Amino acid sequence: MNAWHIGVRGAKNAVAQVLATLATAFGLFWLGWILWTTLLNGLASINLALFTQMTPPPGETGGLLNAFVGSALMSGLGVLIGAPIGVLAGTYLAEYGRGAWFGEVIRFVNDILLSAPSIVLGLFVYTLVVARVGHFSALAGSLSLALIVLPVVVRTTDEMLRLVPTQMREAALSLGVPQWKVTTQVLYRASLPGIVTGILLALARISGETAPLLFTALNNQYWTTDLSAPMANVPVVIFQYAMSPYDNWHSLAWAGAFFLTLFVLLVGLAARAIVSRHRMTHD
Amino acid sequence: MSVITLPVPTRVAGDAADRGFRWLATGAALLVLVALAAAAGSMLWGGRAAFGKFGFGFLVSRTWDPVAHEFGALIPIYGTLVTALIAILIAVPVSFGIAMFLTEVAPKWMRGAIGAAVELLAAIPSIIYGMWGLFVLVPALAEHVYPWVDAHMGSWPLVGVLFSGPPLGLGMLTAGLVLAIMIIPFIASVMREVFLTVPGRLKESAYALGSTRWEVVWDVVLPYTRSAVVGGIFLGLGRALGETMAVTFVLGNSHDLTASLLMPGNSIAATIANEFTEADSPMYRSSLIALGFVLFLVTFVVLAAARLMLRRLSRQEGNR
Repeated sequence: MNAWHIGVRGAKNAVAQVLATLATAFGLFWLGWILWTTLLNGLASINLALFTQMTPPPGETGGLLNAFVGSALMSGLGVLIGAPIGVLAGTYLAEYGRGAWFGEVIRFVNDILLSAPSIVLGLFVYTLVVARVGHFSALAGSLSLALIVLPVVVRTTDEMLRLVPTQMREAALSLGVPQWKVTTQVLYRASLPGIVTGILLALARISGETAPLLFTALNNQYWTTDLSAPMANVPVVIFQYAMSPYDNWHSLAWAGAFFLTLFVLLVGLAARAIVSRHRMTHD
Repeated sequence: MSVITLPVPTRVAGDAADRGFRWLATGAALLVLVALAAAAGSMLWGGRAAFGKFGFGFLVSRTWDPVAHEFGALIPIYGTLVTALIAILIAVPVSFGIAMFLTEVAPKWMRGAIGAAVELLAAIPSIIYGMWGLFVLVPALAEHVYPWVDAHMGSWPLVGVLFSGPPLGLGMLTAGLVLAIMIIPFIASVMREVFLTVPGRLKESAYALGSTRWEVVWDVVLPYTRSAVVGGIFLGLGRALGETMAVTFVLGNSHDLTASLLMPGNSIAATIANEFTEADSPMYRSSLIALGFVLFLVTFVVLAAARLMLRRLSRQEGNR
């Protein structure tokens, strides 16, 4: 070992640290730029009409009311369908399927479903529902969103239930409480913040999903709450309006993008706040 | 002598409910399996007309002619692979740098805030990336970057052909760049998480022997987490392959096969998103669903590999 060798190591270390810092700056630079553009264009397009009027034909003024309502309805319904099934399946993985090969298979499949391309799930619901029924519908849209909610909730429920200490189960079972009551009244209560966080994360994820809605709910220029008809929704409106050559449509698309981003970030922050407030301790 | 008769243990009242709940949970778990299998099956079924008519040639034919009902998947498959490859080439070193910065380099007070920001940003919907790409990045690249790339890199030997072309702004390189920006927070947060699983005593031992931070990351942290890091990269690759909205905006929707990365192209997901609602013949529609099946197969293989590699680390941890 000599001074030269140590000098080379030090130089390598310095270069690596500078590069790592630059990489972080590089990553944050693009993301900052994207958020900045969305904020700027979004704020410029905000007006009261957004919340009182329907999506307009080209050249006319209008708002996004039907799209906001449609998105809320379909996302809500997607969570309502997907979350209970997800919680139950997560319960199976954590409580009944531990160490069993069937549980391992389900966990593996769920992880794949978790990152499967959403456009594929849209095509699935298209062939399953839309092609059979013969027309696009909000219900089909909700179903494809539920398929995205499902694996997220399964995963978090599984993880959260595993964090509950075994002594809690043993204590309840030794009192003669049947297992289903232990699960629903003790374990769910202990892991509620975690499960709610999972559902919130799923909600954030589906509120911006565009691809699966393209072939299921499609879009609708008019107001509707009929679940068996095509329904307007924010992501598809953004897609169609941004790809169009009309300026007023572009500005509506930016407004939609702004509120979408705002919603997703707020829900993400809320999920974080729940987790940090209820951080479980097992001592 | 009297016989003591013990009361026959009666079944607890909750027994039926207990079994019912168990079956309910098992059924829900089974539904996850059914959903994935049904998704694959339904797309194979929906694409049967295309697979039946074109056979294996569907995968290698570059024809895409809705008028003559002749379809081949070569161009979308090529575009999907090329854009995902560009994205991975850019995103992996940057994500590794971010993960290293967040676990070893940055001061403690900075780590939590930037880590949280990166995770929040990973949740931004992909359509926002696509829209930003179309309205901001495409004009910027067309005006300032691509003319330079064409003039300087276009004449390089061998790879020059990749970088020569008209500065349209739209195209494979742009799509790859947008995808990279999108998966950077994703891969970085997975890498950061697996780096944090390295036991402190391993790193402390290395530091105590006089290792530099770089040596700790490269010779201790990375070997310990190698399979999970590769798994995280594959997860990002899976996302890049299947991403729809971010690329549809900036790819240009062209069914021509060109070597240049500056020319418009197409990807599987973008083709489906652009053309599905306009597909007017059963064969057209079936070909698009068949494309979806191909995408499903490719991402399935990539994601399965990713999960197996990520699992190896957690198993290793469990044994300790």
